[in-house]
Amino acid sequence: MSYVDTAAADVLSPRARRRRLMRRRFVRRPLALIGLGVATAFTLIAFLAPVVAPYSPSETDFNAVLAQPSADHPLGTDELGRDILSRVMWGTRASMQAGVLATVLAMVIAVPIGLVAGYYRGWIDPVITRVTDVLLAFPFLILAVGLAAILGPSLLNATIALGVAAAPGLIRVARGETLALREEDYVNAAIANGAGDARIIGRHIVPNMASTLLVQATVTIPAAIIGEAVLSFLGLGVQPPTPSWGVMLSDAQSYLSQAPRLAIYPGLAIFFCSLSFNLLGDGLRDVLDPRTTR
Amino acid sequence: MEALLDVSDLSVRFDTDDGTVHAVDRLSFVLGEREVLGIVGESGCGKSVTMLSLLSLLPPTAVVSGTAHFGKIDLLAAPPSALREIRGREISFVFQEPMTSLNPAFTVGKQVGEVLRRHLGLSRDDASRRAVELLDLVRIPAPERRVREYPHQLSGGMRQRVMIAMALACDPKILIADEPTTALDVTIQAGILDLMREIRERLGTAIILITHNLGVVADIADRVLVMYAGRKAEEAPVDELFRHPQHPYTMGLLGAFPRRGVDRLQEIPGVVPSLSELPQHCAFAPRCPRADELSRSEIPELRRVRPDHWVACFHPGMNGASP
Repeated sequence: MSYVDTAAADVLSPRARRRRLMRRRFVRRPLALIGLGVATAFTLIAFLAPVVAPYSPSETDFNAVLAQPSADHPLGTDELGRDILSRVMWGTRASMQAGVLATVLAMVIAVPIGLVAGYYRGWIDPVITRVTDVLLAFPFLILAVGLAAILGPSLLNATIALGVAAAPGLIRVARGETLALREEDYVNAAIANGAGDARIIGRHIVPNMASTLLVQATVTIPAAIIGEAVLSFLGLGVQPPTPSWGVMLSDAQSYLSQAPRLAIYPGLAIFFCSLSFNLLGDGLRDVLDPRTTR
Repeated sequence: MEALLDVSDLSVRFDTDDGTVHAVDRLSFVLGEREVLGIVGESGCGKSVTMLSLLSLLPPTAVVSGTAHFGKIDLLAAPPSALREIRGREISFVFQEPMTSLNPAFTVGKQVGEVLRRHLGLSRDDASRRAVELLDLVRIPAPERRVREYPHQLSGGMRQRVMIAMALACDPKILIADEPTTALDVTIQAGILDLMREIRERLGTAIILITHNLGVVADIADRVLVMYAGRKAEEAPVDELFRHPQHPYTMGLLGAFPRRGVDRLQEIPGVVPSLSELPQHCAFAPRCPRADELSRSEIPELRRVRPDHWVACFHPGMNGASP
């Protein structure tokens, strides 16, 4: 018997070929590319804020209080004469930190719980599902505000509150994926080959839900970024004078009629940052979906 | 013949919300060393359930009774940890669906190696080296390259070969193949059957082959067990069964099998009975041309009609005549 050897001429390894296909699919989606570009830019600004920001975020200039945009201060200054551009750049740090760490925390909480519920079912599944449903009945931000209020105001506590508040949704996703994946033929085949629970979860279920979780993560990050801004705005997150977009918005309230730009620039930053992550997530979802043909 | 696996009085029922389903009813059979046993029957007659029950691979709603002696162990009474050691090492499975039975996230080499690392404790390097040998054993060309490929890059026949390689990885004593060729097209089927025959010759693995295709059985099996509605209808060496079928159901199956010189295939009238109610009479009676009052009132016991030839029928024989 002989098989036609179609792959013989192809020098690329299969993994590389698959990557190349994914990349090609991604490049064909302009919105996803824009999302990736803007999200990367925000990430870079967060890391490089001390280098790229023209001023220190807390440096006051009483000769230029509430100054109009000028060559010295491209976006103007606030009521204490602090450079708005610098503060927006430094604020990126708090936002990204909260966004990324809260998402990581939510994953760390949610994935094991979802796996246990979906894999073992039995009595533990309904218990976990009901508790999750109850928590999901509260809007994400209400839950986060409540938790942050209990924990006390600080960036770390705000991050913890956001991570815990985002967990119920992710538990539901992880459980659903686990339920579907454990019925796959290759899971049954693995059981028939003597694999134990740990091996099945670690080798068969988790790797196959990784792409779903990645997409969920890119959706959770912007939600957490907005959440951080809300908590800081309410005084439950980053404390002044540390810059954060939420803190800036909160401070801008009193000057809304004289200097609306105090609110506009951090607002735009929140808008574009969360939009970019959402676009990136949409793109990834399309690319990683095996049913996608383009 | 030395018995490798001795199953007796195996019954399986499923207690579901919609009532109890009796999938297998007091089934007994023996598998010898190096033997190829074919299990034949229509869909839903309990073939697969029988095999899955041996290694406790059925869902928890299944209630299994009886004994299945494999060496010194009764598989049906063994604790889960002991069964996990037997699964894939002493007794391994090849399933019907090669397209979905491999994990899409890993290369086939990793998946074959996985079994070796699990059961034989091989290192990563040794496992991947052995995986190449195994793919070569199942006649996959260019195995060094194939081990690095993902399942979606292989054809159905290739994937079934990979599944067989995984099943053979630890040199099991018994290979249970559940409709291994059904999902493949005919030319590929023949290749897979050749491979299984070769495995038996070279490795001495006993094979239980579940199929509804009598052609496959004629091709490879030593002995055949015909099942109907969860019970054994007939059991005989393969030549004997094809030459002297006794049970009207077996004859029906043979009549529905294309042969040279026969223009029209005979079908068996009616459908397989629902197994929610185990009939207290011959389960085949409603579809049987020979059924009479006796068939409709009592369950026929297995009787030996010829040497090594057992049948559960009140009116066995060819063409209605006594044997």
